[in-house]
Amino acid sequence: MNGTDVDPLERAPFGFLLGWLRDVGEVIILLGDVLRELPQGLRKISLIVQQMVAIGIGSMPLTLIVALFTGAVAAVQAAYQFRDYVPMIYLGTVIGKSVVIELGPVLTALVVGGRVGASIAAELGTMRVTEQVDAMETMGISPTRYLVVPRVVAATLMLPVLTIFADTIAILGGYMVAVLTMGVSGHTFTSGLRLYFHMRDVFSGLVKAYFFGTIISTMGCYYGLRSEGGAEGVGVATTHAVVASCVLVLIVDYLLASFLFRVVFA
Amino acid sequence: MPDSAIEIVDVWKKLGRKRVLRGVSLDIARGESIVIIGRSGTGKSVLLKHVVGLLEPDGGTVRVEGMDVPSLTVPELLDLRKSMGMLFQGGALFDSLTIGENVGLPLREHTNMADTQVEMVVREKLHLVGLEGVDRMRPSDLSGGMKKRAALARALALNPKIMLYDEPTTGLDPITADLINRLIRRLQQRLTITSIAVTHDMRSAYHIADRIAMLHEGRIHAIGTPAEIQATRDPAVRQFIEGSAEGPLLPT
Repeated sequence: MNGTDVDPLERAPFGFLLGWLRDVGEVIILLGDVLRELPQGLRKISLIVQQMVAIGIGSMPLTLIVALFTGAVAAVQAAYQFRDYVPMIYLGTVIGKSVVIELGPVLTALVVGGRVGASIAAELGTMRVTEQVDAMETMGISPTRYLVVPRVVAATLMLPVLTIFADTIAILGGYMVAVLTMGVSGHTFTSGLRLYFHMRDVFSGLVKAYFFGTIISTMGCYYGLRSEGGAEGVGVATTHAVVASCVLVLIVDYLLASFLFRVVFA
Repeated sequence: MPDSAIEIVDVWKKLGRKRVLRGVSLDIARGESIVIIGRSGTGKSVLLKHVVGLLEPDGGTVRVEGMDVPSLTVPELLDLRKSMGMLFQGGALFDSLTIGENVGLPLREHTNMADTQVEMVVREKLHLVGLEGVDRMRPSDLSGGMKKRAALARALALNPKIMLYDEPTTGLDPITADLINRLIRRLQQRLTITSIAVTHDMRSAYHIADRIAMLHEGRIHAIGTPAEIQATRDPAVRQFIEGSAEGPLLPT
């Protein structure tokens, strides 16, 4: 026993892989804690509402700007692909479907993942390194109940709401570009939008959004609460939270798309 | 009920690559005030965090009121902590809450007090630490000393039986430091609170301690009453209490 013993995880040949597996395990434990604390945590309505405002209302302007231009770009790109081959009535169909199923939920999640994931990680990370989380535990208050549950509940509830707004504004962006710059009539666009419209498409997008909300907030809380070492540690936690959120959003998007469209709606 | 309020039994702890505690053992009687001294980085705060269950020992155990802290479940641990208060080195006040909300938080979480009662207790606790009219201020609006006093008021909110102080007077002006020292002593004498304080401040240690223990090289190197410590011939203890650069303790 001496003061220079090395952490066995660092010494292992696949240390990074073990570290990653440890992260996965700890995130699962955190989610288990969230579920256990949920009944008590849901009583903290004011904290949940406070987080819903910060996550939902706070992310709205950025989400809407991204959605508006996503719809506009989708219209330009689709029109370019359709040129000479596909009637323009399908422009509304393609924009509607791609926005509602994929672009709306995923781009909203990536934008919110950057903004909210970073904000949660930085806030909880600062609380961790300034011993505020320790103080909370010392007072017999569960940080999971007081800090994590309100954030996870708020993000899980607000992501679908943001997605609904993003879908609407993205379609509006596509409509404006199609009508104002491409000579497509409003009637043609909206007829195309209604063509092949299925509520299950909207439903699948919103189901994804619920999962994305949980992922983003959980990553922010997990990396924030395990910050160490002062400002640098908080910076590292913030980066990890955003990267993990974005990667997981894309992986879970694929898994959910496969499940929903190959199993549930097949 | 056991005679000792706190028993630290052969505690070992490694943090990262460094073995910080190497078999620390210490018994603290009910109502006793013990001060742990030692150089920076010797694991004084780490030891304190073991008592409150924020850290788990790699070896050995800590018993508080007869309960084996490392083997408690999370709900049991949270329950035990309601009878303990801890003053953190930087105060650790919640930035997002006002001072009044900070002090009132444990009351709102663990009691069924009405808002008016909570406000009354908050004012009483703030008055106890010599703070008035700061209820609506944010921690960022307060000086270091005021923050520490507000944090002390928060730690006392639930009338704990055990108080842990991490560097209670570090960074304070001598007058505020003396106020804190007197307050700690008064709490211990009037309310028979068992307390552990870790500090480098020997003036503070002599003032508040029934016994002083020196942590050195991961173990309790010396222990005794303030008079015994002042009279000791142990070179490491002498060097530390005299604040001398010359002696067996090398600069870190």
